[in-house]
Amino acid sequence: MSLQFRLASRNLFHDRLRFIATIIGIIFSIVLVTVQMGLYVGFRRMVTTMIDHAPAQLWIMPVGTKCFEDPSLLDERQRFRALAVPGVAEATPLVIGYAQWRLPQGTTTPVFVVGSELRGLGLHPWNVVEGRLDDLSVPGAVAIDQTYFERLGITGVEQTAELRDRKVQVMAVSKGIRSFTTTPYVFTDVERARSYTGTPASKASYLLVRLAPEADLWKVQQGLRDSLGNVEVLTASEFRNRSRSFWLFGTGAGAALFAGALLGVIVGTVIVAQTLYSSTKDHINEFATLRAIGSSSRYIYTVIIWQALLSAIVGFAGAAGIGKIVAAATAESALPVIMTPMLTVALFLLTVTMCVGSAVAAIVKVMRIDPAMVFSR
Amino acid sequence: MTDVVLAATDLVHHLGQGAGRVQALKGVSLALKGGELVLLMGPSGSGKTTLLSILGCLMTPDAGTVHVGGHAVAGLDSEALAKLRRERIGFIFQSYHLFPTLNAEDNVRLALDVRGERARTAKAAAREVLGTVGLGHKRKSLPRALSGGEQQRVAIARAIVGKTQVILADEPTGALDTANGQAIMTLLADIAKDPSRAVLVVTHDPRILPFASRVVHIEDGRIVREEAVTESMKKVSNA
Repeated sequence: MSLQFRLASRNLFHDRLRFIATIIGIIFSIVLVTVQMGLYVGFRRMVTTMIDHAPAQLWIMPVGTKCFEDPSLLDERQRFRALAVPGVAEATPLVIGYAQWRLPQGTTTPVFVVGSELRGLGLHPWNVVEGRLDDLSVPGAVAIDQTYFERLGITGVEQTAELRDRKVQVMAVSKGIRSFTTTPYVFTDVERARSYTGTPASKASYLLVRLAPEADLWKVQQGLRDSLGNVEVLTASEFRNRSRSFWLFGTGAGAALFAGALLGVIVGTVIVAQTLYSSTKDHINEFATLRAIGSSSRYIYTVIIWQALLSAIVGFAGAAGIGKIVAAATAESALPVIMTPMLTVALFLLTVTMCVGSAVAAIVKVMRIDPAMVFSR
Repeated sequence: MTDVVLAATDLVHHLGQGAGRVQALKGVSLALKGGELVLLMGPSGSGKTTLLSILGCLMTPDAGTVHVGGHAVAGLDSEALAKLRRERIGFIFQSYHLFPTLNAEDNVRLALDVRGERARTAKAAAREVLGTVGLGHKRKSLPRALSGGEQQRVAIARAIVGKTQVILADEPTGALDTANGQAIMTLLADIAKDPSRAVLVVTHDPRILPFASRVVHIEDGRIVREEAVTESMKKVSNA
């Protein structure tokens, strides 16, 4: 074991109470950052979950559409113009919108209806755990997620309710299709979706486009723009980015999450800096002795940085453990805290950077040591 | 004939600022030859500690020159001075300045670790030197488990483990009883038998006179007298 490391660890662990306080501070700080960033990752995923699960390569939408949930409409006749563009294999309408769901007990709750053609290209529920997708062709059939059973007054398939005063029957149940807005998704056929949301028969929210094999995405996109005129044509990736941008930054939600994370970093930095500074001050005689016996500045800095790194490692281990617990506890919620491997690595690097950065004040203190003080103490 | 290992010429140094500014050294010259144990004696405030700090390259004089092992100190930056200290000067302090969280062996090892010596070599050297100062059996003890005399012996081991040319000791017996003080001075006198090394001891304690080869008296920032220690002086001191 390096003597610098030994000196650092002994300095750090010598005052156990202060060490524990530091570690709690780091854990608090990093858990705060973890939760904020985990929410950010979770939110990022949740806001594009519909786009992620739609098998479309291109999305045709009204000009100015900000996100998937945007209720603007386009003329469905655009579908035939789209099909005439070289490279387009399929173009199908998707209708979305809010509607009132009347529970069997008579109370109502808002739902978000997603309607697409049941055959071929369409946005269908995934992770179906009860019933079958094919059963959605039955008149009045809808699919819901089991997360919302209680909200919708449903306990399983074949149960009935009303949607915009029309009788509906749950014929398929999915697992894990949750909405970050907490409004339940209800999947159905496109025509019925129009009826439930009050969308005119000639309108659709989106046209989903699948390309012919070997068609060039960019050329088809440009061809659609030229041919269709007053609409926007985005790739799935572009639409994802636009949705994220709107929900995360257009609404201020992302900024709030980042602000919380920044606050965590500031709190952590101040706590670690204060600890390292006071530890250095307590051991100032030792650092002066080191300097007197000829240690280089680098040698002393290494001791202080080892202290910072040790704090970072112990603090991060605690914070990561708590982060995992939080992630597990929120996994089934509307807005889960998601810990990806990349986020974990990023948080570790952030912790190390924060702790090493905090060593600056201690290093400045040491730089000012007069080694001649060893004769006067 | 032995070489001069530490030389200071016409040292002038001021301490404090403004109205409190005082001239601590007023043209001090001193040379230490290899094989010498020199005592620097003088009343409080005479400039002993300032002179020791300058000779130890811990402080830069306002005027005058210092040569350590033939190397001029003037103009060196703090890192170069630190290098000079770790390679050529060993320090012994009145209050030992051991690292309370490191055991005796690690405290001694530090002097070699700051030089970048390999851990295995440094450990072996530290054990050997602790044996030399009679603490081979206490190498794993923390300073708090050692007596004052033992702590000072660890400090001496740290000062000599690097085989530096110059050992500067500030009141090394000041906090010790007579028996321990004699033991410490015996160790320092043994070091000074090496013709390539010199020991300068700042002290108030006349009982250690018999261990010295020369005594330098400083008063009011000036060296007022230098004398070789004679047998008669040793007898008087012992009496």
